[in-house]
Amino acid sequence: MSLHATYRDSGEVTVVDMGGRIVLGDGSALLRKTIGQLLEDNRTKILINLADVNYIDSSGIGELVHAYTSVRTRGGELKLLHLTKKVRDLLQITKLYTVFDVYSDESAAVRSFD
Amino acid sequence: MVQENKHLEVVLDTQVESVNLAEEMCLRVAEAAGFDEEMCYRIGMSVREGVINAFHYGNQERPDKKIHLAVDLTPEKMVIHVMDEGKGFKLKDVPDPLAEENILSTSGRGIFLMRAFMDEFDVVPGTTGGAEIVMSKRLPGAENGHGGHSDGSGNDSAPRKEA
Repeated sequence: MSLHATYRDSGEVTVVDMGGRIVLGDGSALLRKTIGQLLEDNRTKILINLADVNYIDSSGIGELVHAYTSVRTRGGELKLLHLTKKVRDLLQITKLYTVFDVYSDESAAVRSFD
Repeated sequence: MVQENKHLEVVLDTQVESVNLAEEMCLRVAEAAGFDEEMCYRIGMSVREGVINAFHYGNQERPDKKIHLAVDLTPEKMVIHVMDEGKGFKLKDVPDPLAEENILSTSGRGIFLMRAFMDEFDVVPGTTGGAEIVMSKRLPGAENGHGGHSDGSGNDSAPRKEA
């Protein structure tokens, strides 16, 4: 399944709902484009909901890191919500689980930006 | 249960679509060989990473170069070979993606993932002059002839910190 992404506001936080596979090619490109658009709109409090992302490869991991550093460079914050087991395991073995702020509850995640 | 050796070989174009094609092909072989869903996931991911490596680093995304994929199925294990037409590389020259200075790198995790997900992994000089990745996974029920591999689950690594 190809990646899809939509976003919505939750107070000052932009929640990006993603679904599908974040992999080399269109999946990674869509993530980069989506985060780029949000930064252009000066949305720098970003919560990526990965509940429906069941697959991610090294290119997708790289794209998440790129999104994280891009937002931080702009003085913002990027956090992750609802990791599936496969994505969580990947972030753990690559030690990125300690880099990203990860939440399993959307309200708590949104409040954490305050 | 695999009764006799089987060999499958395909030459792929240097394009993004080849990554999915290689993954799907190897997944079918793995499923037919009796690997469960989790093992198929690890094999499929490793094939993806091997072909991405050949596509991007080996062949430098040049469409005039090819990616050579071969799968050997023996009664003991599934062996996957991914060969590019680049300049080759040595494993010792690959930066450690877990090193503090590389944690926020946007690339360089493919080799690490293949090592984590497969039982055996090596890079040797290929007959094309490029690199040949050779990796294998023991078949379900096959004798455990060697140890020391990671199960790749990551369950024993970084501490949980979900809110």
